[in-house]
Amino acid sequence: MKNEDISIKMNSLKKLLKGDKRIIAQTISAVENDTNTKILETIFPYTGKAYHIGITGPPGAGKSTLVNVIAKKLLEKNNKIGIIAVDPTSPFSGGALLGDRVRMTDLALQKNVFIRSMASRGSLGGLASKTKDAALVLDASGMDYVLIETIGVGQVELDIAQVCDTTVVILVPESGDSIQAMKAGLLEIADIIVVNKGDREGCDRLIMELKFAFELRDKQAGWHFPILKTIATENKGIEELVSAIDSHRAYLHKSGKLEDERKGKLMLRIHELIEEKIRAHLKEKIIKEDELKIMIDKVYKRKLNPYRIASNIAKGIIKSQTRRK
Amino acid sequence: MDRKIRVIIGKPGLDGHDRGAKVVAAALRDAGMEVIYTGLHQTCESIVEAAIQEDVDIIGLSILSGAHMTIFPKVLNLLKKKRAEDIILTGGGIIPEEDMKKLEKKGVKKMFGPGTPTTEIVDWINENVRAKSKKTKTKKIKKKTGKNRS
Repeated sequence: MKNEDISIKMNSLKKLLKGDKRIIAQTISAVENDTNTKILETIFPYTGKAYHIGITGPPGAGKSTLVNVIAKKLLEKNNKIGIIAVDPTSPFSGGALLGDRVRMTDLALQKNVFIRSMASRGSLGGLASKTKDAALVLDASGMDYVLIETIGVGQVELDIAQVCDTTVVILVPESGDSIQAMKAGLLEIADIIVVNKGDREGCDRLIMELKFAFELRDKQAGWHFPILKTIATENKGIEELVSAIDSHRAYLHKSGKLEDERKGKLMLRIHELIEEKIRAHLKEKIIKEDELKIMIDKVYKRKLNPYRIASNIAKGIIKSQTRRK
Repeated sequence: MDRKIRVIIGKPGLDGHDRGAKVVAAALRDAGMEVIYTGLHQTCESIVEAAIQEDVDIIGLSILSGAHMTIFPKVLNLLKKKRAEDIILTGGGIIPEEDMKKLEKKGVKKMFGPGTPTTEIVDWINENVRAKSKKTKTKKIKKKTGKNRS
């Protein structure tokens, strides 16, 4: 029995590494639905080869359409491309309508493309909490590029920058003025800025204002932020965009930043995972929900306060930890 | 954790009427499912390929063009060829009752005619996917978690 189990596993691992699409799909489902990280542990040694490009921007900016044309351009050079497109999960029903594929029909039957739609499932950073893990699966399956498209974001959904080597922020001429461009948030994670729907009024003005805002930052970062105009539906400006991505990649390599940043991201990931596990442990084993429920009445009547309760419980946990040492 | 039901709603062929498909997609979304919508004018091949990559439990096809007797069997065939017969095929549209019966005999799990309440479709999917996953669950757990089970 034992041997058979292992052989099934080895067999699917081999298929995964070779890029078998059915196995890739099922493995992504498994990591998406399971808190068990065994699969990820198995595939991790085979990852780290794919280059990750993030595409983010407000709803309707043209993210999916741009992913479609970028992927087509990358395909010309015989690359294998994995795409993850995230759309929001309804906080009310738990359901989701995943419609990014509608803009990617050109890619549907390409042998070297794998597209997966993911629902955000309650995660608020613009990605699903398992997007990073799904990207690992695609990486292990031999993709040269992994393109990740976020949900339509506002100003602070910045998770994408923790996953990707190059982050492209897509704006449209209606996105705002130079003050918007100087605000904290979305534009701070951009390596490349694209103003899509470039045939609309206000495009050139926005580009000028963005250039002004980024001039102030160029000197600090050592990377000259390209601000590009595209019309994705007409395939205009895509060549320039892809070559900007290439330049950014070359810059990261040359400056040694690629390794530094990837190490930083792995560090962050370890922290996240520790916190996840400890949080789950606290919820399941340590914090006694029933006892809290008894106290809540007194808190409501202002006879106890939440701050004291929390610090007492936390102190107790920390004390028991140090005693064990 | 409870696995979310994933459904792909496809519009194969040349008909451009997607109101029905969208109504069904929205209803399934509101019932807590993850619905992948492919858009208009898809080929059978691209729908099956998408279904595989998205690892869906169910394919729902909406056909109002009269090509149902060609398209449904073709999709069934492609699923077989790709060894993905475990994906349940269903659908609806303007389809005569006798054709619906024929298609169900050929392997389309169920056909829904015009006027079907969306709740009926939701219930049917819930029931059939749960039944399917019960059957395959034991197999999958072994495969996915490997050693630590034995």
